[in-house]
Amino acid sequence: MDMYSILREFADSWMLLSLFLFFVGVVLWVFRPGSSKTYAETSEIPFRHADKPAKEPRK
Amino acid sequence: MSNYIKLIVLGVITLIAMMGINYARDLAYMVHAAIVVIVAGGLFLYTLRNMEEQVVPVSQGDYFDSVIRAGVIATAFWGVVGFLVGVVIAFQLAFPQLNFEFLQGIGNFGRLRPLHTSAVIFAFGGNALICTSFYVVQRTSAARLWGGNLGWFVFWGYQLFIVLAATGYLLGATQSKEYAEPEWYVDLWLTIVWVAYLAVFLGTIVKRKEPHIYVANWFYLSFIVTVALLHVVNNLSIPVSIWGSRSVQVFSGVQDAMTQWWYGHNAVGFFLTAGFLGMMYYFVPKQAERPVYSYKLSIIHFWALIFLYIWAGPHHLHYTALPDWASTLGMVFSIILWMPSWGGMINGLMTLSGAWDKLRTDPVIRMMVISIGFYGMSTFEGPMMSIRAVNSLSHYTDWTIGHVHSGALGWNGMITFGALYFLTPVLWKRERLYSLSLVSWHFWLATIGIVLYAASMWVTGIMEGLMWREVDANGFLVWSFADTVAAKFPMYVTRGLGGVMYLGGALIMCYNLWMTVRAAPAKEQSLATAVPAE
Repeated sequence: MDMYSILREFADSWMLLSLFLFFVGVVLWVFRPGSSKTYAETSEIPFRHADKPAKEPRK
Repeated sequence: MSNYIKLIVLGVITLIAMMGINYARDLAYMVHAAIVVIVAGGLFLYTLRNMEEQVVPVSQGDYFDSVIRAGVIATAFWGVVGFLVGVVIAFQLAFPQLNFEFLQGIGNFGRLRPLHTSAVIFAFGGNALICTSFYVVQRTSAARLWGGNLGWFVFWGYQLFIVLAATGYLLGATQSKEYAEPEWYVDLWLTIVWVAYLAVFLGTIVKRKEPHIYVANWFYLSFIVTVALLHVVNNLSIPVSIWGSRSVQVFSGVQDAMTQWWYGHNAVGFFLTAGFLGMMYYFVPKQAERPVYSYKLSIIHFWALIFLYIWAGPHHLHYTALPDWASTLGMVFSIILWMPSWGGMINGLMTLSGAWDKLRTDPVIRMMVISIGFYGMSTFEGPMMSIRAVNSLSHYTDWTIGHVHSGALGWNGMITFGALYFLTPVLWKRERLYSLSLVSWHFWLATIGIVLYAASMWVTGIMEGLMWREVDANGFLVWSFADTVAAKFPMYVTRGLGGVMYLGGALIMCYNLWMTVRAAPAKEQSLATAVPAE
């Protein structure tokens, strides 16, 4: 098979499947147990350190 | 030591550019070489004069805001320039006499049109993206911008790119790819600047003090990375001579067309959407003083958007040499894009839930909300127009231009204005904006201007689409092309007036921002953050 056909077959099968699974995985990951608490904390980031950088890394 | 290397590099560049003036095969190249001589030569002299100056180490204890202030000024400036050229070419279409004889070859519609599109997208939008991303990444990472003066290199390097691109269009140096018109050496320069931009942005994220990367930074980062990829692949070309501005594309035929619209649509998807969504996810919560409605939704929004947008390009090539399966693929992915687009719109709008009263009191949040509204409207209209049957009516008509402008003026323009109104008092340490009633004036002028623009383009677009396809009983076309042009005249004038109103609003904004810096009460004496003695 020429290069185009090889790549095309790969793109139409395994690559498509893996991208799709990655996306489904992201959606499932977002709804993992305990995520609401983490994200409530993360979504407050814009309201911290508006004037000056932090001295110490945040835990 | 580094100053000596700088001097050598700048000297060599100046010398080569001087040779470029001498050997130039066309006028655009000669003018560009002269601009490079002035810039590189000027920097050479500047470096030479400051050789013995003491280098004051910058404090890591505050944010790098001076480059963002420059970015705010550049955004407002290029916005006015881009809108003004847009108004001029709108009236050139309505009144062809405005293509003056003495300006033929420089100031006619064909030369000014790419100047307008690039000025608003890349100069206005690009500067808005660069300066807001520098602002947001520092605040959400709680770290000073990485790379020191590299931030200034990105800013000035990008302005040089804009000047080279703009002068090139006027003098006829174009590779004839929509939104990718600049010729090969300007493309190479932008690549260097863009890599520096990526380094500054990523470097700041790497040294962040917050454990999480805030969602706005995800959008900004995807914009920077994807634009780098798109820019390099779509601009693969071989110069005819290194002393001339002409080049030959590596791809040809339908491959070239497909690459171009893969680029073109993702310029919309990642430059004008993902980057500006980064702005939305920071500035809307800040202005509303409440966190984003659903952080989970924002993550799904991000991944769905970047997974889908990249496939939508072929819908620009319905009924062409492109295989049907490819254009169907583009169409289907465009329609699926409804989901993340509206998810993002809902997320932005619902951030105001519990604070809707702010719409009555705060014209800046009103501006942000209407921009999200236009985002929802144009991301509804776009997928609809990508459907092959609809496209057969809408393609090549002014409907497309109306669609683009409801997105660009409504979504990109309004969210940028909102961000500028937020940033100016903060960056210049003022207590408030100079005048909120002027913001209201800007809001209404811009909104009515967009409505006039979009409505007149719907009418004229659908009208000319129907006229082009009308056949009589014997199968002959009823209308000639010139008939459609004559019928469009009133709508062209209306569109031009809409543009004038939008431009007027932007001028009011510039005055308001200027007076904010000059006259609004100051919060602190000096712009530099006071660093306590340790």
